[in-house]
Amino acid sequence: MSGEVVTLADGAGGKASRRLVEGLFLEELRNPMLEPLGDAALVAANGTRLAFTTDAYVVRPLRFPGGDIGELAVNGTVNDLAVSGAVPIALSAGFVIEEGFALDELRELAASMARAARDAGVSVAAGDTKVVERGAADGVYVTTAGIGLLDLRAVLGVERVRPGDRVLVSGGIAEHGIAVMLARGNLELELDVESDTAPLGGLTAALCALGPELRWMRDPTRGGLATTLNELAAGAGATVVLDEESIPVRDDVRAACELLGIDPLYVANEGKLVAVVAPDSADAALAALRAHPLGAGAVAVGEIRADEEPLVLVDTPFGGSRIVDMLVGDPLPRIC
Amino acid sequence: MRYVDEFRDADAVHAIAAELRALVEPGRHVKLMEVCGGHTHAIYRHGLEALLPEEVELVHGPGCPVCVIPMGRVDDGISIAERPEVTFASFGDMLRVPGGRRRSLLEAKARGADVRTVYSPLDALGIARREPEREVVFFGVGFETTAPATALTLQRARDLGVRNFSVFCNHVLIGPALRAILDSPETQIDGFVGPGHVSTVIGTRPYDFVCHEYGRPVVVAGFEPTDILQAVALLLRQLREGRAEVENAYGRVVRDEGNPRALAALDEVFAVRDDFEWRGLGAIPHSGLRVADAYADWDAEQRFAVPGARIEDPKACRCGDVLRGLAKPVDCGVFGTACTPERPLGTCMVSSEGACAAYYAYGRHLARDKMPV
Repeated sequence: MSGEVVTLADGAGGKASRRLVEGLFLEELRNPMLEPLGDAALVAANGTRLAFTTDAYVVRPLRFPGGDIGELAVNGTVNDLAVSGAVPIALSAGFVIEEGFALDELRELAASMARAARDAGVSVAAGDTKVVERGAADGVYVTTAGIGLLDLRAVLGVERVRPGDRVLVSGGIAEHGIAVMLARGNLELELDVESDTAPLGGLTAALCALGPELRWMRDPTRGGLATTLNELAAGAGATVVLDEESIPVRDDVRAACELLGIDPLYVANEGKLVAVVAPDSADAALAALRAHPLGAGAVAVGEIRADEEPLVLVDTPFGGSRIVDMLVGDPLPRIC
Repeated sequence: MRYVDEFRDADAVHAIAAELRALVEPGRHVKLMEVCGGHTHAIYRHGLEALLPEEVELVHGPGCPVCVIPMGRVDDGISIAERPEVTFASFGDMLRVPGGRRRSLLEAKARGADVRTVYSPLDALGIARREPEREVVFFGVGFETTAPATALTLQRARDLGVRNFSVFCNHVLIGPALRAILDSPETQIDGFVGPGHVSTVIGTRPYDFVCHEYGRPVVVAGFEPTDILQAVALLLRQLREGRAEVENAYGRVVRDEGNPRALAALDEVFAVRDDFEWRGLGAIPHSGLRVADAYADWDAEQRFAVPGARIEDPKACRCGDVLRGLAKPVDCGVFGTACTPERPLGTCMVSSEGACAAYYAYGRHLARDKMPV
């Protein structure tokens, strides 16, 4: 761990976060349901197979183009269930509110959560509220947990990923992170980038219809596509090879990334899906994704290759290649 | 995206690569140094080394501003930042740089120091004006590229009469660093890819000494794949023709005379130090800037007692050799083991523009058999 105290890098979703989770929380709390450290835990009870997950939201500012903390708190947890191959059923929401926070604003956030829950077809079925002294929190923090019913058609697992499998992305990356960064208002860049926050249940259900040909799904949030694919490579014990030119990034997002010196591969998404499918099903999977409004920009970005050292490599348009490592440090704290 | 895509066009890149193969002389090994860390980063990010003929070797120079700050200066910065009255403003990439005992500003922040990330020194001045009860100190880091912004900020602080603002000045100069590398007896660099951003400020004339006194060509280049390869082609052509001149291949941005207003601001606000210590390279005469006497009220080193500790570079680290072109990152015994981007031991691993960090992040798969396990 980076020293004896927690630093912002420990919360960035990259290498340091992973060490914190594996070296401290998993060590202390180890049990078979937690151990896989997936987006959601798989729980079997009375013959029913459930997915169960939780996530905390501390994004600053609370509202940004394309969304707010309420919508994010619903979609983020819904998506963790969806990419685990589950249909979300119910959420809980816990609020830590700073003394002095405007009630009107709180009501708007709650209404935004309600809209997002309706869109995702899920109920916020339980909740809790705590108020802390001024200065002890920054406005409001939201924690959501969710349960979902596993789609029995899907047989997902990183260990099922095989050399030759294709890697698909459902649309343009890096939009959420750039939207939040611009919304902080200290960059004086005028760009219309909106967060992509959206529920992915429609896309994941369409892919689950592929059955065992669908190997693995994730939503690349903190740490971006690069970090998610590094987890894929490490879990599968194989190398992920990307084709740089096929990675979808909107022009204005790419321009913002160039100006800021940030690689879009490391910027957070909140409404994008990464899926690994068997090579023979890649076309069918792309067609299924593109049939849905949220997947209209879906493309194949790379494939899985057998290799003794699991890495993520990008083939550049010039015939070279480079490693895409996990995120080190934090370009952008409190993104979700 | 205009101004980017045309310089990353694969056909154009391959055309220059073919030109390079025609320009090399069989059996003549050529060592070229790209001075700027931005070039190093671009070379690895785009995989450009794979396009070079095997006779051409690129050596990664000292032009990574974050990397060259010695650990003692980082500790001095931390000691200022830890004062209860101080708000310490820094560019984000300095926060993770470890000082002595491997402590960084990020850790000082986690332990309670008021350290804030800014994108410009003017943002730091803005904090000072909004929070007059705080002593705001800006961590001035960088070559002639970033120094003018610091200078303008100090001019503005004086004009506005902002008394709770100061600069901890660590700005450095590229010319003396190049001279130190050329004077190093083991060094054999045949030519230089000159820095792009620095040259927008200083122009191309400050490199004349490299040609006249040391007989080496310099080609100032931009940061896109075609820019860098074109500069290599121009250098090879000069070497082939026995010329040693300064050429400007970044004319869309760089003027030969530089930016006179920026240079005037540097002149007014800063003075050249007798010497300044560089990580990996040691003390180099006349290579650093301090706040000039006329601005002493805004000089953090005058305002606060700074320990001024000197901390030697770790013995196991070969950054000095890497920076002078005597070793590749993988030749270093701690590369990728005791020294990684998360826990850097030496200067070249510190920022993404450092040679070792760029190599580790993008290129370590190319030399896997050479990697220490």
